[in-house]
Amino acid sequence: MATTTQDYGVVGKKVGMTQIFGEDGDVIPVTVVEISENIVTDIKTQARDGYTAVQVGNFTKRDKLVKKPQLAKLQKDNLPSLSKFFEFRTYETVEGIKVGDAIDIEAFFKDLKTVKVTGTSIGKGFQGGVKRHNMSVGRRSHGSKSKRQVGSSGAGTDPGRVFKGKRMPGRMGNKQISINKAKVVKYDAENRLVLLRGPVPGKKGSILRFSARCVKSWNHYNKDA
Amino acid sequence: MSQETLRKIEASQLKTDFTDFQVGDNVCVKVLIREGTKERTQNFEGMVIAIKGGGINKSFTVRRTFQGIAIERTFMVHSPKVVELKVLRKGKARRAKLYYMRDRIGTKKTRLREDSARIAKEFKQKLIDQESKESKPKAKKEAAAKTAVEEAATPAS
Repeated sequence: MATTTQDYGVVGKKVGMTQIFGEDGDVIPVTVVEISENIVTDIKTQARDGYTAVQVGNFTKRDKLVKKPQLAKLQKDNLPSLSKFFEFRTYETVEGIKVGDAIDIEAFFKDLKTVKVTGTSIGKGFQGGVKRHNMSVGRRSHGSKSKRQVGSSGAGTDPGRVFKGKRMPGRMGNKQISINKAKVVKYDAENRLVLLRGPVPGKKGSILRFSARCVKSWNHYNKDA
Repeated sequence: MSQETLRKIEASQLKTDFTDFQVGDNVCVKVLIREGTKERTQNFEGMVIAIKGGGINKSFTVRRTFQGIAIERTFMVHSPKVVELKVLRKGKARRAKLYYMRDRIGTKKTRLREDSARIAKEFKQKLIDQESKESKPKAKKEAAAKTAVEEAATPAS
């Protein structure tokens, strides 16, 4: 089976949000993502690595800023100094591409209506239960002593402990978040920009992974092939 | 850099030759309406009571009273549905938002005085533009002659 670009994926950088007018004059909120050249840096095979995947490199930097072992490998393959590497799992060993190839981004976004976008959400720091878990707030007046408190964390002597997984204040955001079906509004081949409908995780300049398929778990693929 | 990219995307959608108008003006907006496959324009006449936003998000609100019932419609300036805008009467508004018009009833109380200063200014500007258009070729010729003289003078010195 020949593999296409849509079997793996590409990586881009979030530019920001704006709005455009649709055909009917309706306003579409869009996130703009810049997709610079994605270069295949490695192809993982079942025989060698125990799973199949495509490793993609992006975002060139000065030689000094790339980690030495990675730089040595890049130089061995005659590749530019890429600083970030990503792996895309595939069903089978990828055919038709080799290390050093630039991924055909246009082919990836051609006829693609929805795409899975994965990124890191904006870090919110240490937050209380109200913001972090949408808990309800207490009364603000009439002598209330519970304004934004979490409240009770469980029953009394009977369990005698707090159950695991009890929602509490803590670090919020800065987590990997995926949007499974982000609508692709437009792909601008000339400027290498993708317009997605609505927001996507992360700040401006944060890195986003795109894949055409939504596979929940790869565990049952190529287990003992 | 990222802002530049966004501006570029927006710029391709902006209308460059949209009619100038101000709050207090009585305007006629031509709105595109799609009925099945047919397209036609509908006019909406009234007074601009607010201009909001900037860039691609710029919008304005038009208020009209028809048979004692007031209607307000908000339009996006750069929307492809807003085909044309005509200024029918330039009103003199002393504030940016004319929401007080909502509390007023009757044709006389919802009127604004005509902005004679603005009309005079625009008329003057029009005359100046016309004049400069006519005298432009002349000025160019004169400038060209001047540089020629200067060039002739420099090697001598």
